[in-house]
Amino acid sequence: MSKIHIEGLYKAYGNRKARITALENVNLLIEQNEFVTLVGPSGCGKSTLLKLIAALARPTRGKLLFDGAQLLRPTRDVGIVFQEPVLLQWRTVLDNVLLPTEILGLNKGTSRARAMELINLVGLGGFEKHFPRELSGGMQQRVSLCRALIHNPSVLLMDEPFAALDAMTREELCFELMRIWSADKKTVIFVTHNIAEAILLADRVVAMTPRPGRIARIVEIDLARPRTIDMEFTQTFKVYSDQIRSVIYQSQGAARS
Amino acid sequence: MTSQTTVFEEDDETTEPEESTLRAILGATATLIALVLLWELLSRQFQIPAWLLPAPSLIAQSMIEWHSELIGHSVVTLYETLVGFGLAIAISIPLAVAVVYSPLLQNTIYPILLALQSMPKVAIAPLLALWIGFGTLPKIVVVFLVCFFPIVVATTSGLTSVPASLMDLIRSLSASSLQTFVKIRFPTAMPHIFVGLKIAITFAVIGAVIGEFVGSENGLGYLILVSTSQSRTPLAFGALVLLTVMSIVLYYAVAFIERIVVPWAPRN
Repeated sequence: MSKIHIEGLYKAYGNRKARITALENVNLLIEQNEFVTLVGPSGCGKSTLLKLIAALARPTRGKLLFDGAQLLRPTRDVGIVFQEPVLLQWRTVLDNVLLPTEILGLNKGTSRARAMELINLVGLGGFEKHFPRELSGGMQQRVSLCRALIHNPSVLLMDEPFAALDAMTREELCFELMRIWSADKKTVIFVTHNIAEAILLADRVVAMTPRPGRIARIVEIDLARPRTIDMEFTQTFKVYSDQIRSVIYQSQGAARS
Repeated sequence: MTSQTTVFEEDDETTEPEESTLRAILGATATLIALVLLWELLSRQFQIPAWLLPAPSLIAQSMIEWHSELIGHSVVTLYETLVGFGLAIAISIPLAVAVVYSPLLQNTIYPILLALQSMPKVAIAPLLALWIGFGTLPKIVVVFLVCFFPIVVATTSGLTSVPASLMDLIRSLSASSLQTFVKIRFPTAMPHIFVGLKIAITFAVIGAVIGEFVGSENGLGYLILVSTSQSRTPLAFGALVLLTVMSIVLYYAVAFIERIVVPWAPRN
């Protein structure tokens, strides 16, 4: 049984007059502990797909199973990281990380211990009493990663989490994320518009094309783990990159004609 | 792992603005003193009659002379201001919450409120005198009216300013409405509410004075009206000084409370 089973999924917005098909006939099976990246230009529906998996929006049509069961409402088995850290300015780093546990009513003592563990894991040990405004963008995004992991969900959904960061911080956080993932395996679905990032992180890259959003190609990434930055300059990496680029640009050319 | 990211040292950022604030305060005080001295000098030089424009020394003299009256009238105006302001807070914040949570109110009451906002509230003061007489109550109502709208509007916009992605995060955790309100919405709205409160408190003193102008037997507004009509201009100026001081002190009192309650609010 796949962790997430998507079959014939459609999502449309708007009314009868102005209807926009965000997703058309999406079929995707995501296995337990798999790292999947969704890549494509804006408007390809990758963020919409993530929202559907989080049950923050309902599909118009099609099958979406989570652990074999139909997804009707948000499940607590999911952690989310957004492009913006959206931390609560009035809470310290530690209290920001603890927010989900308060909402879910988890045990305070054990939650606190786990929060400290996570804060140390992402290299923010010593900053737990700091407020978000005292942290750099990269540090804030680390806090939001801790917040997504605090209730130990089996699925981590990431919506262009590093897109707002500078290139160096972005790279650093990519490797950090892989390190955390290899230590504590989860099913990760990671949305990005950066092809190199998509390949570097993923077990499988799902390349999507816009208008209407659909899956153009799924590329298995057969690179050894732990991944290193040198891999980006290998021939294999270039082949993957070309495969993905070709489907994305092909569809854009088709759209123009 | 060694974190290569840096923390912004708070000291570096705050010392400079503080220094410039101090400089601004010193500069303003010095200028004020200079202007008062110039006023004194000119009114002596040209022998401007006191009933027209009294010299600062004369104003000070009459303030000392009439200090017990001035204090008595100040207390009345302060009372009207604070009660009206407090009433506005007590009613407009819950109303804003109701508007945000009720689509019905959003589509019925709220547009009317927004339209009423452009009505000059002080213009109702004579009508209030007609309806509820010349006591303290009509003044409190005027203060309430001028404070009410800025607080409602600020609170409503604050409660709806939670970033969409944060709302998604909260929904993904299946948070209850109460949890969302207490943990996210209300704290997010707090800095906005204080913006409204600071606007309201400056309006509040104006409202009280207008109310007193329309018909009253006490309060600083009444004192200005009476002493002007009796050509006791220095006393009118004395009342004006107290009104200004009251207004400034009240504004900074609200700003001070804001710094304690909402330390994360942006400062200027």
